[in-house]
Amino acid sequence: MIKLPLLEIDSLAVDYQTGRGRVRAVDDVSFRLEKGETLGLAGESGSGKSTLGLSIMRLVPYPGVIANGHIKIDETDIIKLPEHEMRSIRGGKVGYIFQDPMTSLNPVKKIGAHFVELIRTHEPTTSEKEALERAKTVLKNLGILPERINDYPHQFSGGMRQRIMIGLAIALNPSLVIADEPTTALDVIVQEKILELLESLRKIYGMALILISHDLSIILERCDRIIVMYAGHMAEYTTGAELHRAPKHPYTERLLRSIPNIELSDQKLSAIPGSPPNMLNPPEGCRFWPRCPYVMEICRLKVPPLIAAEPSHLVRCFLYGEKGAKIE
Amino acid sequence: MGKKVLRLSEIVKVENLRKYFPVQKSFLEQIFARRMRYVKAVDDVTFPIKKGEIFTLAGESGCGKTTTGRLVVRLLNPTSGKIYFNDLDITELQGEKLRLLRRKMQIIFQDPYASLNPRMRIGDAVGHPLEMHGLAKGEDKEKVVLDVLEKVGLTPPQQFINLHPHQLSGGQRQRAALARSIILQPEFIVADEPVSMIDVSLRTTIIDLMLGFRKELGLTYLFITHDLAVAKYISDRIAVMYLGKIIEIGSKERLFLKPMHPYTQALMSAIPVPDPKRKRKPIELKGEVPSAINIPSGCRFHPRCPDKKETCALKEPELVEIEKDHLVACHLD
Repeated sequence: MIKLPLLEIDSLAVDYQTGRGRVRAVDDVSFRLEKGETLGLAGESGSGKSTLGLSIMRLVPYPGVIANGHIKIDETDIIKLPEHEMRSIRGGKVGYIFQDPMTSLNPVKKIGAHFVELIRTHEPTTSEKEALERAKTVLKNLGILPERINDYPHQFSGGMRQRIMIGLAIALNPSLVIADEPTTALDVIVQEKILELLESLRKIYGMALILISHDLSIILERCDRIIVMYAGHMAEYTTGAELHRAPKHPYTERLLRSIPNIELSDQKLSAIPGSPPNMLNPPEGCRFWPRCPYVMEICRLKVPPLIAAEPSHLVRCFLYGEKGAKIE
Repeated sequence: MGKKVLRLSEIVKVENLRKYFPVQKSFLEQIFARRMRYVKAVDDVTFPIKKGEIFTLAGESGCGKTTTGRLVVRLLNPTSGKIYFNDLDITELQGEKLRLLRRKMQIIFQDPYASLNPRMRIGDAVGHPLEMHGLAKGEDKEKVVLDVLEKVGLTPPQQFINLHPHQLSGGQRQRAALARSIILQPEFIVADEPVSMIDVSLRTTIIDLMLGFRKELGLTYLFITHDLAVAKYISDRIAVMYLGKIIEIGSKERLFLKPMHPYTQALMSAIPVPDPKRKRKPIELKGEVPSAINIPSGCRFHPRCPDKKETCALKEPELVEIEKDHLVACHLD
């Protein structure tokens, strides 16, 4: 029997129509995600990683539009789905955790009310009492005392609020959770706890997870497979172990050499020259060529396709040939 | 008053520094005249910074590292304690003397979007200190500005001099801020999280520039960061702060080889490592950092400490030297 993927994205392109011209924030992105898998989306600001995450929820903010491609969740192409059906996917089948727990909760609503609203929107037949009971169970799994259901968001610390955000994302037992920089606003010790919590909940509930982060260390430690984004493109797509052992794209290779590792002594870091492109006016050809130490003539002219450098290692770079691969 | 004699190798010395911020009383508290409460942001901190070194204050948000940095350059006035710069007590300096001191000590802030005036061209912003101190203007100023812009890698400088901050990327803005901080050829720079808002691929460039200037201009840095991995890369000595106090100071080598304080150990164990094979065993800490208004009795870390003893709740531990260049404030052996 062929295993059906939970999420299948094919040739996705997302545009922002700005006053100064069109910005293609996500360009030609294709990948598949199996049930229960953990995928890391790594990239710097402007790489398109958050836009990609939001487009899976069809929540790309104005003036963004999905310009091309397909997003299939359990075989249903959500791009053509009417809005009311999309609403049942958001929060139901797919949970989303936003970066900033301070602004993602309604300050004048008790924690319980957040859960009741969520549960009853998706399951109108559930009574308020039942919904509150379920919310208490979720809080227990998050390591928060169930009594605190009657507290307001400001009575919780940043780390606790992020736990609540995670609780809201998983309350309806989604098959996929997208966490967009879930710990960037938090301190390292709290970050560790939140990531551990996410990991254990993922196992309990059997969810797939897309972890979006600028911090390659977090992603390398916690993800089965990794997509490295650069200026809207997938630069590299492979397993975490493979990416660490043998990074293929010059960007990934240089990036890994520029991250300090606390376990190494006398580490020599080397900087990547230049800076990421202005997306209003990206370079012709490969987006990385102005910063690339191996740049060739063809790189300035053509956008490289995703090339299979090895069976499960895709890289968008002409150093590995010129023939595009089929995304499996 | 006994004057402290400093060893010449110490450029900055901070002694028993405290900064308490009063807490705004609520309406009811005002009526019932409750006593004033304070946020003890910095609570009795002592350390020397040696000439030419990079001394790092590390810790989580709210530990007082930024406040300490601002006190050292006199952007804030301390509640009590002393600050010495090159043997001179600068704690009470005012007016013209303070202004002259500022030529020698500069600060770089975390947010490159907020630290440059959006209406000033880069050339004017970077050259502003020269005018403020009446050191150069007109063509002379421009020559110096072009020179420092070149030094921080904003090339060609003739082009950058006329741009406004919004035309620069985050990394370029931080380079401009760095240029402004070195234009007066200071001896000492406080760098408050200078890379934490910058894209990963550009951080190393900024750090390398800072390291280069240390050699080239003979600078000393007080580096402030929450990121111990960056601290390890850049520092000579590191002080770890918790709730307004330094709980451990050591040379980088000693501190990372043998962290002694349970908090330092927990902090280090929580740092992610860019390696999928590496399975860290993080040390679990109970709860979260308490409020700096109600600081726990005894050792302020004791409610969360995995190894606490009876004395920890009763007596505040002193910072003691356990071996050369390694001080710890902890009752445990």
